[in-house]
Amino acid sequence: MIDYDKLIADKCREMKPSGIRRFFDLANQREGVISLGVGEPDFQTPWNVRQAAITSLERGKTKYTANSGLTELKHAIAGKIKDQLGVSYNGDTEVIVTVGGSEGIDIAIRSLVNPGDEVLVVEPCFVCYSPIVSLCGGVPVPIATRAEDDFRLTAAMLKEKITDMTKLLILPFPNNPTGAVMDRHDLEQIAEVLDGTDILVLTDEIYSALTYGGEHCSIVQIGDMQERTIYVNGFSKAYSMTGWRLGYIAAPEPLAKQMLKIHQYAIMCSPTMSQYAAVEALSACDKDVEKMRREYDQRRRWLVKALNDIGLDCFEPRGAFYVFPSIKRTGMTSEEFCERLLNERDVAVVPGNAFGESGEGFIRISYAYSLKHIMTAVERIESFIK
Amino acid sequence: MDSLLTLLKTNARLTADELATMTGLTAAEVAAKIVAYEKEGVIRGYKAIINEELADKNAVTAFIEVKVAPKAEQGFDDLAKTIMSFDEVDSVTLMSGSFDLAVTLSGTDYKEIALFVARRLSTLEGVISTSTHFVLKRYKENGVLMDNDNVDERSLMSP
Repeated sequence: MIDYDKLIADKCREMKPSGIRRFFDLANQREGVISLGVGEPDFQTPWNVRQAAITSLERGKTKYTANSGLTELKHAIAGKIKDQLGVSYNGDTEVIVTVGGSEGIDIAIRSLVNPGDEVLVVEPCFVCYSPIVSLCGGVPVPIATRAEDDFRLTAAMLKEKITDMTKLLILPFPNNPTGAVMDRHDLEQIAEVLDGTDILVLTDEIYSALTYGGEHCSIVQIGDMQERTIYVNGFSKAYSMTGWRLGYIAAPEPLAKQMLKIHQYAIMCSPTMSQYAAVEALSACDKDVEKMRREYDQRRRWLVKALNDIGLDCFEPRGAFYVFPSIKRTGMTSEEFCERLLNERDVAVVPGNAFGESGEGFIRISYAYSLKHIMTAVERIESFIK
Repeated sequence: MDSLLTLLKTNARLTADELATMTGLTAAEVAAKIVAYEKEGVIRGYKAIINEELADKNAVTAFIEVKVAPKAEQGFDDLAKTIMSFDEVDSVTLMSGSFDLAVTLSGTDYKEIALFVARRLSTLEGVISTSTHFVLKRYKENGVLMDNDNVDERSLMSP
């Protein structure tokens, strides 16, 4: 008998499975569960985007593309960033089309982190950053944001965690799971701290198209932050294209060149049909994105009020499609709350601590569902609390 | 279209408070706007969207293409008004293309509809011809899917 455990690389064996795995299994054992637990849009991919993929298949466009992606797509991406943020990237040398935003995050971290390097991870946050940092031998250093600050990163919090070993700051805004955003003023404070250091920034802006009541601002727009920043975005959330697995990074050429080597050996190139679909998404779907954003906004407004009304305090999230109410009043931990809500009322939500210790005392509720569905679930949550 | 109307089109049972929360208006503003829309006739009524096949197994709906000889001065309006006065008729629409009036009507069985078309509709002065199509199955109506097997393919939870 082979003792597989002995053979597995230490860093992989030590990696913890995602905190929501257990809940996923629990929820799947039950029937009639209403979920507010997913992190992907409920809308269909716009039909013209689906059609563009079908057309590319019909025309036999089924070969590898260039490693960094179709030239047409890379230029369209650079154009989009220029339009939205007013920042220029060279579409030939500073853009890489990746397999979802996830791969962008992966190759960014892997290209930068040496063993012992410290990486500042703003929490609560999406689950992948710290495990990848650890896999590289780096040290993830969580920075806990707080409800009192509307879950924004402040200059003071950042300063406190910077050491001689700090290599990278991961900035995930608009934020999953809190729905927090950082506006220009907030980002200027962060830029001031970083100015003159050698600390790089990985800004994960996958939810940038989904902000409410204010224009999205990126750290690459502040001063000369662009030269120290790797910008990650993608098609999953804005265009409702999660299953297409398509994202991109934009970064100064010396960084992009290095990341491209990992991408080239590990991935070769992103799926060709998805790339053709993405060209269509960038060129002809602004209206669809706006329509989806408006509908998310209506649900968000309804949900925030309803949750506050039933006694789950939540600050008003201004981005993504999540609300992050506090359940501290109930006296339960996040996991207790979610497990009991699932067992007693068949509603699935995600415990806040799945996104970092600072998420304890909160739950993540997704509004990527129809209003009718959300209303039914909130009724059940209300009856559970009472 | 006003977002208030878009919301009411998807769910007319939202309360003024809920509509206010979702649009950023006050409840009083929402109520006033709705009254104004009703007065102007922009909002013509509120009704449930019912899957007729589930509610009544025998219910029959037909879609009838009517070709009409338009009258001088009144065009199609005169005949359209006559047709819409029948209780059996659900909707009357003037169309561009190969026929003129689209009429939908519902009845309790095929025969009832066939008789209505033969005796009441095609005999009207100005009607040149009719072509009756029976509804066999509804898939989507008023933006609402009519079957129950629309499954959310997403997993129950994802990060």
